[in-house]
Amino acid sequence: MSVAGECCCGNVDTREQKLTEIIEKYKNTKGALIPVLHEAQELYGYLPLKVQKKISEGLDVPLAEIYGVVTFYTQFSLNAKGKYKIQVCLGTACYVKGSSKVLDKLREKLGINVGECTEDGLFSLDACRCVGACGLAPVMMINDDVYGRLTVDDVEGIIEKYRNK
Amino acid sequence: MQIYRAHVLICGGTGCTSSGSENVKKEFEEQLKKHHLENEVQIVGTGCFGLCARGPVVVVYPEGAMYTMVRVEDVEEIVTEHLLKGRMVRRLLAGGQEAGDVTQSLDKVDFFKKQLRIALRNCGIINPEDIDEYIAFDGYKALTKVLTEMTPEQVIDTVKRSGLRGRGGAGFPTGLKWEFAARQQNETKYVCCNADEGDPGAFMDRSVLEGDPHSVIEAMIIAGYAIGAHQGFIYVRAEYPIAVKRLEIAIGQAKEYGLLGKNILGTGFAFDLELRLGAGAFVCGEETALMTSIEGHRGEPRPRPPFPAVKGLWGKPTILNNVETFANIPRIILNGAEWFAGIGTERSKGTKVFAMGGKINNTGLLEVPMGTTLREVIYDIGGGIPGGKKFKAAQTGGPSGGCIPASHIDTPIEYDTLVQLGSMMGSGGLIVMDEDTCMVDIARYFLDFTVDESCGKCPPCRIGTKRMLEILERITGGKGEEGDIEKLETLAKNIKASALCALGQSAPNPVLSTLRYFRDEYEAHVKEKRCPAGVCKAMMKYVINADSCKSCGICAKNCPVGAIEGEKKVPYRIDQDKCIKCGTCMEKCPFKAIFKNV
Repeated sequence: MSVAGECCCGNVDTREQKLTEIIEKYKNTKGALIPVLHEAQELYGYLPLKVQKKISEGLDVPLAEIYGVVTFYTQFSLNAKGKYKIQVCLGTACYVKGSSKVLDKLREKLGINVGECTEDGLFSLDACRCVGACGLAPVMMINDDVYGRLTVDDVEGIIEKYRNK
Repeated sequence: MQIYRAHVLICGGTGCTSSGSENVKKEFEEQLKKHHLENEVQIVGTGCFGLCARGPVVVVYPEGAMYTMVRVEDVEEIVTEHLLKGRMVRRLLAGGQEAGDVTQSLDKVDFFKKQLRIALRNCGIINPEDIDEYIAFDGYKALTKVLTEMTPEQVIDTVKRSGLRGRGGAGFPTGLKWEFAARQQNETKYVCCNADEGDPGAFMDRSVLEGDPHSVIEAMIIAGYAIGAHQGFIYVRAEYPIAVKRLEIAIGQAKEYGLLGKNILGTGFAFDLELRLGAGAFVCGEETALMTSIEGHRGEPRPRPPFPAVKGLWGKPTILNNVETFANIPRIILNGAEWFAGIGTERSKGTKVFAMGGKINNTGLLEVPMGTTLREVIYDIGGGIPGGKKFKAAQTGGPSGGCIPASHIDTPIEYDTLVQLGSMMGSGGLIVMDEDTCMVDIARYFLDFTVDESCGKCPPCRIGTKRMLEILERITGGKGEEGDIEKLETLAKNIKASALCALGQSAPNPVLSTLRYFRDEYEAHVKEKRCPAGVCKAMMKYVINADSCKSCGICAKNCPVGAIEGEKKVPYRIDQDKCIKCGTCMEKCPFKAIFKNV
């Protein structure tokens, strides 16, 4: 059961307070919007409308402009991501070495498309721009872990490892 | 100060970290303790050595023995054999370093022989998280010289005479850019560093930031002094967490040492630096878009003139240089303009860092004098193409560049020759392609990238590149029509002439350059509905050779869509209607009985 200020797990949701602090920290900085959005996304995992509204009020920037910025940059997301964020690099070096095959395998294995999240909230799948680990191509990242020199056959084992975590 | 008899340098760049160098470092710490060597041998976490494909890389000094692909299990052997008994672990030594021929330096390793490291001088040598190590390698000496012995005019003159051109793509003379900004009368000016390395396949700037962040900071302060700015911004990709962290540490240390802030080195000059994170928009590598993004808006470019040197960030005179450009500056100041101008070619001075990837043995980072040929880079440094395949083309300049075919492999690499060949230097990504790469598909790949990254402000780029992509998708999808190639050419010409910024103006380059050198491949796609490289799925099929098929059934078992049928003693068959052309059967067949029919 959720009580005001608490979420269903019983822990107090301190995020709103933290968001206020983030806004305060940057309020007087020139060009504050993007740094605030970065930190807010780190806090919430994505940028839902209510967060954008709060930033709009706090920084005195029109909501439309914030929405415009959020949708312009690929790093910002309007949708919740999975507990494990899978990002397959489609940079040139990885592409030439067959990363699109790895991506196809992940799609098949997880039953979701690029940009989607599995129903259990465990995995989300994205294709990303060059992560700069071209020496290890093809590469994918799961949260902060980098998997390099991938083959299609590696995919299943890696996914299972996270599923059983 | 503690004196150590040996140093173990462990690469902490993104490539090696991804290969597990953190754990290797931990194991070294434990093993050194276990063998009571912790007071004799020092471990140094460094930036990128360049040999990313063979990471994690460990170098042991004083011998300069380079160990590659070091696993945690190998560490004890290196400690007990090399560090304790003085016997190198031969099986782990990098190729070219023969036993008994282990040298005092890395110069004898093939990968390093032809390199000249100026921008990368400290990468893989110093600990980037320790300002004292940078200072010990002449760090901040150039800044001291500039602030105490030189006038801003002299600084600009030195940079101009050195012939240094921007390393970010177009190659604009750096000194000239600084001079324009210096001439502006304004109390507020800015120095910006473009660390938004967005070209897919390029990681030079990341390596400099990770391996030697102070060199960029030092150069930015020098630039500030030269043009009369007191505030700088480094716009860095958020996708580079290690670089961001090391920059934060470096800025903090520089402030602590009085090298940033008010009254730098007691000279009264003030300069401060701020880090701004990008958010994943390729167009922000364009200078005006980058500044719009720092201002907190959608990163859309604006028309030039006015140029940033006149009206840049928040309307103030601003210079924007790329990471590698800045990394050259301290050395130019210390060694002099003539020294730098003596390296390279007539119109391209100094060196260039390349991130080499794709179908090449030694994937990694290298720095060579301008004018080095593509052949030297690919075969002498890169170690050639894996699997004995044939070199087909090298792609430079990312989505703004083009492909250089095998027939031009002996061309010296410099700004102007690359432009003549229909490509460009770009920031330094160099993707090697072999015979298995379809050039039409590569053009489609880059257009797909541009369409996705087009900011949408100007119609030629927003609509034009989309139309080009549609045509390319049609061609690679086996539905190419007569006249498509000509339509592509017309669109390309018009987009180049009318787009607002460099992204749009250069977007057709990958198509134009592949058309120039590989027109026959386009024609094969359109007229014969055939993809000669066997890449475009719509035009090829997998076939089982009935003579070599042993009816083992492995292909059928592995087929994800159940498209293969057969029975004992009868060759298996692929149902082409069901086949999704994933190629799994061909990979799994133990008898090599399955092949691509193109």
